Amino acid sequence: MPFQLGHRAVTLLVLAAVIVLLPLLFPSSYYYRVAALVWVSAFAAIGLNVLMGQAGQVSLGHAGFFGIGAYAVAIGPKHLGVPSLAALLAGAVISAVLAFLVGRPILRLKGHYLAIATLGLGVLVAMVITTESRWTGGPDGMPVAKLALFGWRASGSDTWYWITGGMLLLGTWIALNLYETPTGRAFRALHDSEVAARVAGVDVARFKLQAFVVAAVYASLAGSMLALMNGFTNPDQAGFLHSVEMVTMVVLGGLGSVVGSIVGAAVLVTLPQVLTVFQEYENLLLGFIIIVSMIFMRDGIVPTAGKWLTRKARA
Amino acid sequence: MAEFFQFLMSGLTVGAVYALVALGFTLVYNASDVVNFAQGEFVMLGGMVTVFVSAMGVPLPLAALIAVIVSVAVGLLLYWLAIAPARGASAVTLIIITIGASILLRGAAQVVFDKQFHKLPAFSGDTPINLFGAAVQPQSFWVLGGTAVIVLLLYMFLERTVLGKAVLATAANRLAARLVGINITTVMALAFGGSAAIGAIAGILVTPITLTSYDVGTLLALKGFAAAMLGGMGNPLGAVAGGLLLGLLESFGAGYISSTYKDAFAFIVILIVLFAMPQGLFGRRTVERV
Repeated sequence: MPFQLGHRAVTLLVLAAVIVLLPLLFPSSYYYRVAALVWVSAFAAIGLNVLMGQAGQVSLGHAGFFGIGAYAVAIGPKHLGVPSLAALLAGAVISAVLAFLVGRPILRLKGHYLAIATLGLGVLVAMVITTESRWTGGPDGMPVAKLALFGWRASGSDTWYWITGGMLLLGTWIALNLYETPTGRAFRALHDSEVAARVAGVDVARFKLQAFVVAAVYASLAGSMLALMNGFTNPDQAGFLHSVEMVTMVVLGGLGSVVGSIVGAAVLVTLPQVLTVFQEYENLLLGFIIIVSMIFMRDGIVPTAGKWLTRKARA
Repeated sequence: MAEFFQFLMSGLTVGAVYALVALGFTLVYNASDVVNFAQGEFVMLGGMVTVFVSAMGVPLPLAALIAVIVSVAVGLLLYWLAIAPARGASAVTLIIITIGASILLRGAAQVVFDKQFHKLPAFSGDTPINLFGAAVQPQSFWVLGGTAVIVLLLYMFLERTVLGKAVLATAANRLAARLVGINITTVMALAFGGSAAIGAIAGILVTPITLTSYDVGTLLALKGFAAAMLGGMGNPLGAVAGGLLLGLLESFGAGYISSTYKDAFAFIVILIVLFAMPQGLFGRRTVERV
């Protein structure tokens, strides 16, 4: 690798350049909104990738944490009089505590058993949100108060574009740094072989739990941001299909690749927008594209593209 | 007491459907190590195709047969076009592929059929049968009986036929099975086709009770997967027991505790079981070799 040293800096600079320059191509504010959706989804996917790509643990219930974040900023200001930003932080803390409490028993499980346990956790969160309609508005969802800071209120797609873009940069920076720290190395060690990692003195249970908590906090923050941006939230945000969507973003982009998560999110968010042209064929095409890309790029888009490029460079 | 039997029968009926979905998961998982999240879509196809073919004037038994054939064809296509080309991919990649397949099938059903709910007439009338004071729909007996027949046939197939033993051998050890001359590809195609047939029959049997629509597959896949894990992934009898148990938990939980948290009991119990017995109720303890 030629630019091994500044690899992280290069990634961040490119991402920043993309975020800054992209609006030059936008013909309408609709594009700001779609791009902001991509940034928010990418933020959540990057967090989930710490758990799945680095620590090698699957979570099929991650939208549960997304939902906790979303409903924290909805319920906090409306029912408890807590300002939005404080509610956002409270949501992150609640998600972290929940992940910490259930993480230890859940992460003892492996493979499909871990998948069903995390799935169950997500389903339970979604169910509580749907059922406790006095607080959450039930299946119809509830409005979310606008984010207000010192008298300034965040509204408009372009404003949210910059807020979510900045947040994505921050999240990317943290995830890239984490990758190189002893913690990140420990994550990857237990991904490759849990037994080997344990023999090498890695406290496997502790690091799995850390990755789970990190991923939960990322998802919760992303959920809060989306709810604030939309001014509305509903139980679908916490539902199983959204969990699956998050996992698909991570795997489609490339497990273990931070950039991959952003690409995966971009593909899965923009694709349905493009496919609405085909209206009733939307789901059919979406499923088809997922299958085909996973068959031909089974390591994910970014690692596969990387391989192609190095092969071309060598030839 | 009448109440108890009412909950018991409705729990067993729903549980039987979960059991059949779980059985489909198990069959495919044993043959190929793939957790097929499109399993619920076969249940949907079974119900939907029967509804639409019989609406064209085809008698119900024939329509049901056509539905099973269509589902088996879809199961085989799923294997040949999506699973086989991804041979050697990681477990999570394969899961994403089957999820893609379930989205695709749902999308196709939405285009070919419609987005409405559909019902089939009960096979032998709607007059409830009195059983220990509980009013039981005759269709419940169709579901329970059908499930029993399928489980029995599957058991005989696996234990009494050469092909069935080939499936068991493949499940036990794929390499060893290949070394003794078993055609793994045939076994896998058989598993996908068989699980599709089982799912479709479940869909046909239960549609008079629960209705069907293009998107009923997701929740059924979740419940079937949960039932398979509860019983211990890869164990066919465990899958049936897990399914019935799941149905009973939901029914009694909804009846005696809270109907709004019906689905929660199942998942809470699964979490508790997995914490206490990480291999499920009937799963083998495996030793990981390094």
